[in-house]
Amino acid sequence: MKARNKFLLGGVLVLGTASYLMASSIDETATYYLTPGELAAKVSDNPRFSKNGVKVGARVVDGTIKRDPGGRELTFVMTDGKQTYPVHYRGVAPDTFTDGVDVVVEGRLDANGVFQATTLLAKCASRYENAPGQPGQYPAGAKHPENIPKAS
Amino acid sequence: MILVGELSLWIALLMAAWTTTVSFAGGLQGRPDLIKSGERAMYATFGFTLLASIGLWTALFTHDFSLKFVASFTSANLPKVYLFTAFWAGQEGSLLFWALIMTFYAAVAVFTNRDKNRAMMPYVTGTLGVVALFFIMTMAFAENPFERLDWVPADGRGMNPQLQNPGMAAHPPMLYLGYVGTAIPFAFAIGALVTRQLDTQWLGAVRRWALVSWFFLTVGIVLGMWWAYVELGWAGYWAWDAVENSSFLPWLTVTAFLHSIMIQEKRGMLRKWNVTLVVLSFLLTILGTFITRSGVIESVHAFARSPIGNWFLAFLIAATVLTVYLVSTRLNDLQAKAELESMVSREAAFLYNNLVLVGIMFATLWGTLFPILSEWVKGDKITVGPPFFNAVNGPLGLLLLALTGIGPLIAWRRASVANLQRQFTAPLIAGVVVFVALLALGMRDMYALVSYLLAGFVTGTIVQEFVKGVGARRRMYSEGFFAAFFRLIGRNRRRYGGYIVHFGVVVLFAAFAGLMFKRDVTATLKTGESVKATDAYGHEWVFTSQGISFFEQLNRRVTAVTFDVTRDGKRMGLLSSEKRQHVNASGEPTFEPSTEVGILESPKQDVYLVFTGAVDRDTAAVHINFNPLVWWVWFGGIIMAFGGLIVMWPQAVKAERESGYVAQIPMGRELEAAGAGA
Repeated sequence: MKARNKFLLGGVLVLGTASYLMASSIDETATYYLTPGELAAKVSDNPRFSKNGVKVGARVVDGTIKRDPGGRELTFVMTDGKQTYPVHYRGVAPDTFTDGVDVVVEGRLDANGVFQATTLLAKCASRYENAPGQPGQYPAGAKHPENIPKAS
Repeated sequence: MILVGELSLWIALLMAAWTTTVSFAGGLQGRPDLIKSGERAMYATFGFTLLASIGLWTALFTHDFSLKFVASFTSANLPKVYLFTAFWAGQEGSLLFWALIMTFYAAVAVFTNRDKNRAMMPYVTGTLGVVALFFIMTMAFAENPFERLDWVPADGRGMNPQLQNPGMAAHPPMLYLGYVGTAIPFAFAIGALVTRQLDTQWLGAVRRWALVSWFFLTVGIVLGMWWAYVELGWAGYWAWDAVENSSFLPWLTVTAFLHSIMIQEKRGMLRKWNVTLVVLSFLLTILGTFITRSGVIESVHAFARSPIGNWFLAFLIAATVLTVYLVSTRLNDLQAKAELESMVSREAAFLYNNLVLVGIMFATLWGTLFPILSEWVKGDKITVGPPFFNAVNGPLGLLLLALTGIGPLIAWRRASVANLQRQFTAPLIAGVVVFVALLALGMRDMYALVSYLLAGFVTGTIVQEFVKGVGARRRMYSEGFFAAFFRLIGRNRRRYGGYIVHFGVVVLFAAFAGLMFKRDVTATLKTGESVKATDAYGHEWVFTSQGISFFEQLNRRVTAVTFDVTRDGKRMGLLSSEKRQHVNASGEPTFEPSTEVGILESPKQDVYLVFTGAVDRDTAAVHINFNPLVWWVWFGGIIMAFGGLIVMWPQAVKAERESGYVAQIPMGRELEAAGAGA
């Protein structure tokens, strides 16, 4: 066999393995990325759908965040304007997590319709700017966070 | 000065348009006057972009809050150094920064080629003009950094606390310097394709630029990892996020190119492939910008959804169509001049290296774009997470690591069995010794064991090369050890600099494998209470809370928790983590509080303390992580950058080069063929 063909054979082997790894791991790690409205639609089509782990992108409803004082557990309500879900998250929330931000939660709906999240990502309020509002104004939610005592 | 800056942006736009028009016209009609004018206009484009940038910096330093950009990203009490870096904190400024580097590179490329590559230069200049024009246009018409507000706010909104970090100050410029660096080789590729001058000449012109790009991409990526590690508080440095991936993609293709270029130089093979890699690297940087700026893919680094996403998409498509057309009409000029002779040859090792690098690139790209692709095909957005990237890129990465050791030692053309034995016996023993030693010490993780086996093997090959080279110099020139060592590197920078880069890669892989042994513990402690934890090495650590303190510092209010740390009973010192509430000039809070982690750093492992919250004034909740070998990630990055610098450093004039000993390159049949002019 010519070296060129041998090389091609080896190449096919390498790429084949890579493709196999890609195909097999996609099945294991692929998750639906839905809005709350889409999740509700999927669940009403097929009640068993809530067994699946999914990612949901939504916005935090203002004033619904309740943190446990240790900062390792919290609940809030998320919405896309069509559907709202209460969320329970066990873990440390990122610094950017606050009222009104867009979040991506990963987890599943439990029997009570509460979304049990295992991961919580908060998107940096648009491109690292301060929260929405006119320049010079402060967002309505800007206050000293409850979980940190004031310095006074 | 601000007004001058604003005007300069528009003049730069005109200059870039002029550069493009007259350079292409001059090239097509063969008119030296037009070509000259195009080159001068390129310098002018840089000059005016620089003026525009100085204008924006002036606005930032003088706190001119009538500018939307200044009001959006700074405040009156922002520390000075961050006023300087605020330039690239937002979309508009970062585009201007991009244009600044781009036109600077272009001006340098035009200047250094003023007496060289004359036939292709008009097209090179013209192409650079198009790229500059594109960036300046997106600013002028869509994201103008000089946009004014209808009213002047008393103070700006301030900078996001996460960007108030030295890593974030340096990481974007480095990455841009790398990204933009791919534009120059791209322009040369277009010039070479248009003029059909596709021999190695154009490669010589772009190799150094590709190296510059590679160097800054490497430094930028590692700095980004460092920033994520010390600032984001999740005790990791790489999450396969879309934005991270988009900086990694061009790095892979540029790395592939820096290897495959050698095959074309030595053997005249891979001519199409090299053009493709150069073009691909540039297209991937544009794609990366599209991904990061348009909001099409969910990313933690979310830049806002912005209209310029469409501009980048249009530019991407146009550039792709153009290059596909150019390459397909010039296939005849790109015929290889030699064929692969044996599977056991350096060419084959390099080909596999390229295959693996591009394979990793493709898998990463696939995973990154998967949500878009699945939405097109199935109508559902489906995302893939880090397990996908790790499952595919882990094995490919290890294969690449193995090739890092094999490639440089194997003969060109065709290696003999004797050659293989001579070169590989010692390194293989080194690898196996490491493997057995770790197994004996109780390491059972297969992925980590294979990583260290390969790390030992590759380190063995590199040490062997240096030992041979130094030994030969000492015999031939009776030099001392150090003189021989430094001259060996100095006289063969490309080769030994490359080995140093490889060693940096080995260190990185070894460090990555360390994360397989992460440990962590969470605790809620009152002042005086302790928590015990055991790390991966079996040491017992005790953390005793010293209480929570509250104080003000610069532009922030700080709540800090401090721990007294002991390891196996021995005191290791104090470790603190902070919650910072940033405030504006009148003391009102801005942004959400940010976390400042505490890290007890050592080569063995980092103890990484995260203050997750204060339960009351006396009780702190914390998350403590033991991250083995993270220190080596930064060290490996520094080694890679250092090796890159050695390779890039201009070699003294060729004539001065004494017939210095180059460690015997295993030539195999190349020696026989040398007479035939191969």
